[in-house]
Amino acid sequence: MRHIISILMENESGALARVANLFTARGYNIESLTVAPTEDLSLSRMTLVTSGSDEIIEQITKQLNKLVDVVKLVDLTEGGHIEREMMLIKLRAERTQREEIKRLVDIFRGKIIDVTDTSYTVELTGAASKLNAFIEAVNEELIIEVVRTGPSGIGRGPKGLSL
Amino acid sequence: MELSGGEIIVQCLRDEGVEHVFGYPGGAVLHIYDALFKQKELKHILVRHEQAAGHAADGYARATGKPGVVLVTSGPGATNVVTGVATAFMDSIPMVVLTGQVPTPVIGSDAFQEVDTVGITRPCVKHNFLVKRLEDLADTIKKAFYIATTGRPGPVVIDIPKDITDPGIKIPYHYPNKVKMRSYNPVVKGHLGQIKKAVKILMEAERPVFYTGGGVVLDDAAKPLTDLVDTLGFPITQTLMGLGAYPGSGKHFLGMLGMHGTYEANMAMHETDVLIAVGARFDDRVTGHVKQFCPDATIIHVDIDPSSISKNVRVDVPIVGPVKQVLKDMLKVVNDGDKKPQQQALKKWWKQIDKWRAMDCMKYDKKSELIKPQQAVEVLHKVTKGDAYVTSDVGQHQMFAAQFYRFDKPRRWINSGGLGTMGFGLPAAIGVQMAHPKADVAVVTGESSIQMCIQELATCLQYDLPIKIILLNNGYMGMVRQWQEFFYDSRYSQSGMSVTPDFVKLTESYGHIGMRVEKSEDLEGAMKEAFSHKDRLVFLDVVVDPSENVYPMIAAGKGHHEMYLSPGSELV
Repeated sequence: MRHIISILMENESGALARVANLFTARGYNIESLTVAPTEDLSLSRMTLVTSGSDEIIEQITKQLNKLVDVVKLVDLTEGGHIEREMMLIKLRAERTQREEIKRLVDIFRGKIIDVTDTSYTVELTGAASKLNAFIEAVNEELIIEVVRTGPSGIGRGPKGLSL
Repeated sequence: MELSGGEIIVQCLRDEGVEHVFGYPGGAVLHIYDALFKQKELKHILVRHEQAAGHAADGYARATGKPGVVLVTSGPGATNVVTGVATAFMDSIPMVVLTGQVPTPVIGSDAFQEVDTVGITRPCVKHNFLVKRLEDLADTIKKAFYIATTGRPGPVVIDIPKDITDPGIKIPYHYPNKVKMRSYNPVVKGHLGQIKKAVKILMEAERPVFYTGGGVVLDDAAKPLTDLVDTLGFPITQTLMGLGAYPGSGKHFLGMLGMHGTYEANMAMHETDVLIAVGARFDDRVTGHVKQFCPDATIIHVDIDPSSISKNVRVDVPIVGPVKQVLKDMLKVVNDGDKKPQQQALKKWWKQIDKWRAMDCMKYDKKSELIKPQQAVEVLHKVTKGDAYVTSDVGQHQMFAAQFYRFDKPRRWINSGGLGTMGFGLPAAIGVQMAHPKADVAVVTGESSIQMCIQELATCLQYDLPIKIILLNNGYMGMVRQWQEFFYDSRYSQSGMSVTPDFVKLTESYGHIGMRVEKSEDLEGAMKEAFSHKDRLVFLDVVVDPSENVYPMIAAGKGHHEMYLSPGSELV
């Protein structure tokens, strides 16, 4: 099963390498990983998407917790949560296709953020599954480039992951 | 007090209570060595290869419980010590390893003797640091000792660029008394509810077994373990790393378990209904095939490291905490409770165990003209009255030492269990003998392993270390040969080791005493003579039967009930 693990860690050089290293060394799978500082500059927030059986996910969270740089972590998929990912997608858009693509972008509540005679660049935000759906809906031959941030997530309700 | 970086390092080590540093100088650590030169309290032991510095500090830590300290230079100094660091990591040994690094302005420029030490060691340390500012140096050293020695112990590497130790730059010195890290808070007590639940299960058990490991030794929990086992009257088996925590001659002891464990220990594991694992990590050499591991058992697992629990084998009652405190709490719950263990069932269980014991699974040919390696270890036990510190290398001799030197005290049996590092024994013995100058320290080794760190004979001479080396010389990498005999139709591919130096002459050239024994009847006399030289290193080259194998043996991937007991025997 797919899990989104959200990690608060010391904003120190090498912290990201420790996490990446752990996954390769133990043969776990990383689907995506995003990391950026938080409002407290000494802390980074990492969102990591992985998949595996319950036993493997249990080991992953235990091993992550064991890293000295990891302050706290939560498996968002264990409770209610919101997941968002942003995608920038560049599409071939010539005369006959332009209207069709514009309609599709509207349906997915995306934005066209760059236009040329022959292309549109689209910004789209949502859960990873929504972005996948958009890619599937577009004719494959029209896709010039896809750039995705990887998901980040946050738990529902008033509580937050903090120290 | 204003100090330079080099002086700060020396002062921090002294303030930390360190007495010995094992190391080897080089360009990037010259400032530190200059600071060492100017003081007398901290003793530096100069090894002949950085790998040995790692193992010596490791042996020191295993024998004393105090962290071992290593100092080596950048580049090759650091890469050479990696085997030592990985060995300590696999066995959870507290160590602080200081490595020199090229000056900060040239890091990343492929400078002379530059290597990414933090990157190379990352997968085999508990934690590591690169010191980027002189102001962080003392705090980093404090943190390193704190991390290395608390929770599940392990090695910590501190990489120190040369400009940080510049004697021309001094800052006020302050060594913190305490350290607090928001991201690192090891547990100090097990959950009482879980402990009570475990005790309830133990009191209802009909065929219980204790299975204990290196964690008991590391946490100095031998006393509470022995008290608990004797109070309950349960049988106990110990892993290779756990030997000595419960006395080897104790009446409840079944011997070691696992691949070369005793018949009674492995059969008890297979038949048990309640397994209590303490400070052990269900290693593959212990469990055999995990699907067939303790098929009928409710499993209780006490460990300081949550990630050890349910890693290889699913556990029913996990207790996360330091084993010493948990065992004490458990004993209290047992003593305060009104329930008693199931005496009738236990009597039956012991009767069954005695039947297994009667198989006498460790018998060997005692009338052989050729010296048997088992006999050599038994004679060693007799001559040292079972009270020596025994280090070993890796292979058949290691298993014979573990099986036949019945360790009655913890921290006496010092071997590389997890990583299985050949070359560990002699340098580890250096660390042990530095820590216990008056004690008998024996290295049980093979002719292949000893050659991997043989250069350390010079270190032993320099520091007058009266180590006794017992070489079980069978002219083969014995364990490799054994596997080739069993599983590769006796095709002994590259496992022969008949071309060796003349060990007697070699030892003499290093300034020590060398002796060679070839006949059974000469063995005890030679061993006695070796140990009579209280202030000299003696290297005893014991020529043993090359065809001897280690039994019992569970083949890799088999269950505990499937053992080979003797040559040509079928699985039992």
